[in-house]
Amino acid sequence: MPWRLMRFALSREHPEGRMFRTYADLKDSYDVVIIGAGGHGLAAAYYLARDHGITNVCVLEKGYIGGGNTGRNTTIVRSNYITPEGVRFYDASIKLWEDLSEDFDLNLFYSRRGHYTLAHTDSALRTMRWRAEVNKHYGVESELVGPEFIQRELPMMDMSCGGHAPVLGALYHAPGAIARHDAVAWGYGRGADRRGVEIHQKTEVTGISVNSGKVHGVQTSRGFIHTEKILCAVAGSTPRLLSMVDLQSPIYIHPLQAMVSEPTKPWLNPIIVSGSLHVYISQSARGELVLGASLDPYELHSTRSTLDFTEGLSAHILELFPFLSHVKIVRQWAGMADMTPDFAPIMGKTPVEGFYLDAGWGTWGFKATPVAGKTMAHTVASDSIHPLITKFSLERFRSYALTGEKSAASVGH
Amino acid sequence: MKMIACPIQGLRPVSEFFYWGEVLDSPDPDTCTDQEWADYVFNRNGVAGIKKEWWCHIPSNTWFVAERNTVTDQMVRTYFYGEDGRC
Repeated sequence: MPWRLMRFALSREHPEGRMFRTYADLKDSYDVVIIGAGGHGLAAAYYLARDHGITNVCVLEKGYIGGGNTGRNTTIVRSNYITPEGVRFYDASIKLWEDLSEDFDLNLFYSRRGHYTLAHTDSALRTMRWRAEVNKHYGVESELVGPEFIQRELPMMDMSCGGHAPVLGALYHAPGAIARHDAVAWGYGRGADRRGVEIHQKTEVTGISVNSGKVHGVQTSRGFIHTEKILCAVAGSTPRLLSMVDLQSPIYIHPLQAMVSEPTKPWLNPIIVSGSLHVYISQSARGELVLGASLDPYELHSTRSTLDFTEGLSAHILELFPFLSHVKIVRQWAGMADMTPDFAPIMGKTPVEGFYLDAGWGTWGFKATPVAGKTMAHTVASDSIHPLITKFSLERFRSYALTGEKSAASVGH
Repeated sequence: MKMIACPIQGLRPVSEFFYWGEVLDSPDPDTCTDQEWADYVFNRNGVAGIKKEWWCHIPSNTWFVAERNTVTDQMVRTYFYGEDGRC
């Protein structure tokens, strides 16, 4: 429990200061420039300053902090992946998550709920058994549970899904959690700011200067900055940034939509995912149901919402929870997901010296925020790839050494 | 719902269509290097713009090319592959 909250109780006026400072001008040069002030970029800035003592850092953000996919995801944190590399990586993230509120002295509403991935077919059950075994091997709490267990824990769920997709079992992952996503960006931003990192909002990167294969500087809407190290953490804008340094990647952009319902009394503790029905649902601390589905079916560089999405997702949610038929949807939105062919991220060094990449986060990036920040900070500070992320390199697409994580994606995309 | 102009069926709702990505020229697998093949298999032009894409009208199994603006989601034109030398 963050003790800072006590001050609010004892103070006559609201004592909370700004989360970070603003600067009139950019400096001429920085040791590291981070492009993108989302969770990942700010986390990297935080760990660069805290763990590596590199504080002459600026974080450039075209919009406002946490306004991209950090503020657009459905806030689910889990580590029940299928590849050993993925399981180890996301498990390290969960361990960081659990201490993060204390680290920041800021309440992230990190709430461990338990996470069910429902299986409606034999083949889904097989994949879940596989995931459970890989998880257990690496010390992650996951197990296959049968319909009786699920019905006991979720008595309000229609186990037959209207009769056409009966639930045969589930992958139950006890550490599955949700967190307040904006606070994650603020917490990392404030922590980085206090250690001397500059955060510059409304500052767009318009070009990157590369001299004989080495990063030389960044052209921004507010002038040129000299730097020898750039960390690119811009999710849906990654292809555009990569084109500035003439790098090719397999990243393609599809929108991912989500929506929330009006608040209801607490009735749903765990997080429920169904790949077959293309839904995931959890209940936030405010009582809203946070609902997501699969990717939009074609490339689009836009955050527009569609009625098709709301209709399709609502129909599937009603198959699981028919009693929600009178609950209203209050908001819907979209984010631009930077998808990769194997559903694993693209992290680490690139053929351009001093240009580090933290991308390919598609629909799975929020949960990785702490560990991505930590491993990228290590990679940038030491110019050597952190051991947890070697299998996520851009190079893997040249050597045909993919890290197949698709079957552990929340819903079949 | 968004409507797409199939070259045969005319305007039909987007839910009747399937998207198969940008039109790419395949290198000759017998003569190209592994790197050229990897580039063809994996790498994509992820930058926004007007792109030539494969689309299929599912009920009639009509495959065609669409030029689409990937920022505004407007179809510029649709036609069959190879038609008018445009592809």
